[in-house]
Amino acid sequence: MPPTSSQNTDASALVALHNISKAYPGVLANDAVNLVLEAGSIHALLGENGAGKSTLVKILYGLLAPDTGTIHWQGQQVSITEPNVARQLGIAMVFQHFSLFDSLNVLENIALGMGVKADDTLARRIVEVSERYGLPLDPQRSVYTLSVGARQRIEIVRCLLQDPKLLIMDEPTSVLTPQEVGDLFETLNVLAEDGMAILYISHKLEEIRTLCSAATILRGGRVVAAADPRQESVASLAALMMGDELPPSSMRKPHKGTARVFEVAELNVLAPDANTVGLRDINLHVSAGEILGIAGVAGNGQDELLQALAGERISDEAVHIKLDGRPLGKLDAGARRRRGLCCVPEERLGHAAVPSLSLTENVFLTGHHRRDLRTFGLISYGRSKRFAQDVIDQFNVQCQGPEALASSLSGGNLQKFIVGREIMQAPRVLVISQPTWGVDAGAAAAIHKAIVELAAQGSAVLLISQDLDELMQATDRIGALCAGRLSDFYLTRDVTVQQVGLLMGGEALAGAHDGVVA
Amino acid sequence: MIALQKRARPSQLMGYLAPVIALGITILAGLVLFAALSVPVGAAFHAFFIEPISSLYGLAELGVKAAPLIIIAVALSIGFRAQVWNIGAEGQLILGGIAGSVVALAFYEVEAWYVLPAMMIAGVLGGMSWAAIPALLKTRFGVNEILTSLMLTYVAVLLLSYLVSGPMRDPDGFNFPESRLFHDAATLPKILSGTRLHIGALVALALVVAGWVLLSRTLLGFALRVNGAAPKAGSHAGFNQSRLVWVALLLGGGAAGLAGLLEVAGPIGQLLPTISPGYGFTAIIVAFLGRLHPVGVLFAGLVMALSYLGGESAQITLNLPLAVTGVFQGMLLFFLLATDVLINYSIVWRARRVA
Repeated sequence: MPPTSSQNTDASALVALHNISKAYPGVLANDAVNLVLEAGSIHALLGENGAGKSTLVKILYGLLAPDTGTIHWQGQQVSITEPNVARQLGIAMVFQHFSLFDSLNVLENIALGMGVKADDTLARRIVEVSERYGLPLDPQRSVYTLSVGARQRIEIVRCLLQDPKLLIMDEPTSVLTPQEVGDLFETLNVLAEDGMAILYISHKLEEIRTLCSAATILRGGRVVAAADPRQESVASLAALMMGDELPPSSMRKPHKGTARVFEVAELNVLAPDANTVGLRDINLHVSAGEILGIAGVAGNGQDELLQALAGERISDEAVHIKLDGRPLGKLDAGARRRRGLCCVPEERLGHAAVPSLSLTENVFLTGHHRRDLRTFGLISYGRSKRFAQDVIDQFNVQCQGPEALASSLSGGNLQKFIVGREIMQAPRVLVISQPTWGVDAGAAAAIHKAIVELAAQGSAVLLISQDLDELMQATDRIGALCAGRLSDFYLTRDVTVQQVGLLMGGEALAGAHDGVVA
Repeated sequence: MIALQKRARPSQLMGYLAPVIALGITILAGLVLFAALSVPVGAAFHAFFIEPISSLYGLAELGVKAAPLIIIAVALSIGFRAQVWNIGAEGQLILGGIAGSVVALAFYEVEAWYVLPAMMIAGVLGGMSWAAIPALLKTRFGVNEILTSLMLTYVAVLLLSYLVSGPMRDPDGFNFPESRLFHDAATLPKILSGTRLHIGALVALALVVAGWVLLSRTLLGFALRVNGAAPKAGSHAGFNQSRLVWVALLLGGGAAGLAGLLEVAGPIGQLLPTISPGYGFTAIIVAFLGRLHPVGVLFAGLVMALSYLGGESAQITLNLPLAVTGVFQGMLLFFLLATDVLINYSIVWRARRVA
């Protein structure tokens, strides 16, 4: 496999993207990206959320036009102006979200997608293709009776019926069970042996190592590396994906507090559906003044953990979650807040804040439990507005004042506002997820400072993040969440980024490490 | 060519203007319809919109029709804000009417002050009980409340017709499917002599104020609004979604039940096989026409009440079928939903794009 920086006129290349750039207002989503795909290989496109994977793929599939750059298809320069052009060339794509009609059967869905008649000929072809590639499908089954894995097989068969030369799969395993993942991989290997090129988009390192023969790694819109994933370890891939420059290790002085403020013991959460991760045997504790970090690649249970701790999901047993020794696992989110447990979820609009409400109403949203924002039971807009103004002033939120709608703020400013709203309630414990995701450097620094100051005042902080730099700098102890399980925790100053990468891949650190904390 | 362009932010002005525009288009379309039926347009307009409210009696009738619409629509709009789609208010209204009538007939011989309040409470509870069924099904089993509340309406209609032709039939009524006429103690006091305007109109006004306070100033109203706008944010803030579904449905059911009681104890004065000309359904239009805001609902209720009176008046003076009322109401909702696009989009003229 030639490195991606090779000439795009490479004779053996099926498709070569050269110097592709695409800018959105404020972000350069793709910055001079080169990518060469060869027939018969499964090529991984790897990167964190926001690295520019989707933008690149949308350009290749004709959904977006690049600002600059060229695409060569079998040596010929082409301009893929719309998905139809891509399909005529022989590019097919299986999207993360399926477009199927539940009430129709498999045959009708495939016919609709291809614009052909749902007749016996098509049914025979479906059976033929599905048998050849190990994609069991009954053309007459109604879609609503099928599992998520079977629905994905419909999408794949629909693509294969068009005899593509390149198959793009966008995070195909995010919705599959481990068994279904295994079946999918077998199918993909057969397709590759038949000479098809497969572009496989994912941020799951382990599966890329087992499946792909080449990988292009994107970070911040740029190609940062091309690697053979079979030769790499999970830790080295993680380092490539997240940045290999070593961040300065924890700047924090060891905290002095010893009292365990917040304890979670044997917390289990069942996954209600195939799209979410269940939590298994979560055990952790945070002391006064301590910042505990939880690393992990997205989709490994971070959301579920935050919801379980916040009280959006109630635990089976009250003792699973304790604050200052008092069990609160059975309490709802409001009651937990009144006890001093405040949370900042990852999703700013729609989870932490209501987009269509003003900042005044949004401080009332979580603030009324701990601050006196009501008079005779009625909402006091005056006091809520003053609280909102305090948050705006203290955290330097750029906005049109307390009456501005939450949706009118930029990501960084809204995040400062939300973090400020929680910190100014003086929580005993703050659980905060992805506080600086998609936030500019200035806002990120302000948020980090606020978190560190909160801990210095004696609060316990639990920081859940995918940003290793952030975790290495701000936390006292660190562990990782992988497939709903927590690793052991280590003193942050005793571990390296590579070691945390191993924890994120679900591997234990070899041997007894000096920094092991029971 | 005409194109729709997404606005940077929803237009507040259009939020208020859209119902007015919709009303204007409805009137225009109605007049075109009359012209197509070769009905004199001027006379039709006069019969529909002017004549019904050109006398004191007419204005009082407007209040009589508007009261149940407003009572129901205020409560429905609170539920709709929370994205709880109770569209079975008609059935809940009927159950309220039945429950109130049971009390009226049980106290048939009693001339006491407490009969009417007892009937009102029974009416509210009757409506709530009917709305509790979709609430239970939704919170326990995740059943869509749109279907259950709507289907229960037909059950309520049949229950009413069974009761008036069986157990609750007037023993001296020559087998007509009607209950006894209620005694004076069980009928609503009038607030304007010589008309049918009863205290239901005052109840409606009080509920507009109460609904306004509930939605804008109480934690419950805030929780309902948040639940509708961003359910995840609601659960993050500690609002119990099942409880909010119960509250939304019981409020709607209770208000509809009260409206049903006010009908049987007011203008009707007994239990009949039909106690509502579709107030429960029309109130849905009223709620949306009033922008799901209690004060908006007040005006929207008066407009829709006029469509009932106009339909009757057009039937009398122009021999038009009573279905005209339904046509007008349907067109209004249709145009309202269409003009709502203007809140998020503006209309622009754009040169035809070269493909």
